[in-house]
Amino acid sequence: MMERSYEKYFREGRLPHIWCPGCGNGLAMKAIVMAIEEKGLPQDETVIVSGIGCSSRASGYMDFDTLHTAHGRAIPFATGIKLANPRLHVIVITGDGDCTAIGGNHFIHGCRRNVDLTVIMFNNEIYGMTGGQGSPTTPLDRLTTTAPYGTSVRPFDACHIAMAAGATYVGRSTAYHVRHLAKLIGEGIDNKGFSFIEAYVQCPTAYGRKNRLGSGADMMKHMRDSAVMLSAWEKLPADKRQGKFPIGCFLKREVEDFNTSYEELVDRAGGVR
Amino acid sequence: MSVFTIREERCKGCGICVAFCPKNVLEVDALSKVHAVRPEDCIGCGQCELLCPDFAIFVDKMDREAAK
Repeated sequence: MMERSYEKYFREGRLPHIWCPGCGNGLAMKAIVMAIEEKGLPQDETVIVSGIGCSSRASGYMDFDTLHTAHGRAIPFATGIKLANPRLHVIVITGDGDCTAIGGNHFIHGCRRNVDLTVIMFNNEIYGMTGGQGSPTTPLDRLTTTAPYGTSVRPFDACHIAMAAGATYVGRSTAYHVRHLAKLIGEGIDNKGFSFIEAYVQCPTAYGRKNRLGSGADMMKHMRDSAVMLSAWEKLPADKRQGKFPIGCFLKREVEDFNTSYEELVDRAGGVR
Repeated sequence: MSVFTIREERCKGCGICVAFCPKNVLEVDALSKVHAVRPEDCIGCGQCELLCPDFAIFVDKMDREAAK
């Protein structure tokens, strides 16, 4: 067998990873290395920063300069790295709880500052590692260990938050659409500014089992059947949108990134770079 | 005809490759490891490799000449 070219981006000795059988995090991680390979980012000049949670374990399996940081604080750490050494490509891996709950403020202010980061949020709609507590992205009427009679609060749409807060590239894809996800991540890497990509992944252990959604494969079939490309979604009448969700690039805009505006500020103040 | 490489130490037997194989080539055994039980039926679509979250299964499509 020819060794697959993306394998060189993994820390061979750390595999197999600890994610449950059927978990989609491995697919999102594969999409990230596929995008990195396609864009030809050098391993020594790429930094992977992650927070805490199932998703954030990914940094330990990837052979780059990696940083596993405090809960919810991946974006501030990554901002520091990008400011200290703007030459580096900084990729942030975070989860739905890490990004929208514990690190919610860091997330919106990261978007507002428009730091040149690529943030990939693995959204499994649950706190998997700690035992299946409801997260801000758990849909309505789902069972979790903290909502035994079903969730009664509307979920966040992280892509809407990112768009409203000022991110310059926003997209969503799923673990089933690996190549599409890799393409979006690649576009995020190309974008000079804050890029936010939501990777919808399945959690068969903590979320699927409790809500009778079946195995990891069943949950991926659901993604295949209910994810609609944005161009088709826009033509769908409202009644046909029930139970479906759009994927694709939602927003792309040109705004000066934080490093550039900061350097201008340094020049204006007569400082030395 | 395709050649399968299965890295058993990585396989967790989740069955994603089995579920998405259009030709029913794969099966998970009692020890939760996947095997290509009908490799002659494989059309080399690569879905199993693409959708494996554990980087455990690889499929190389052989061209007809090499298979002979």
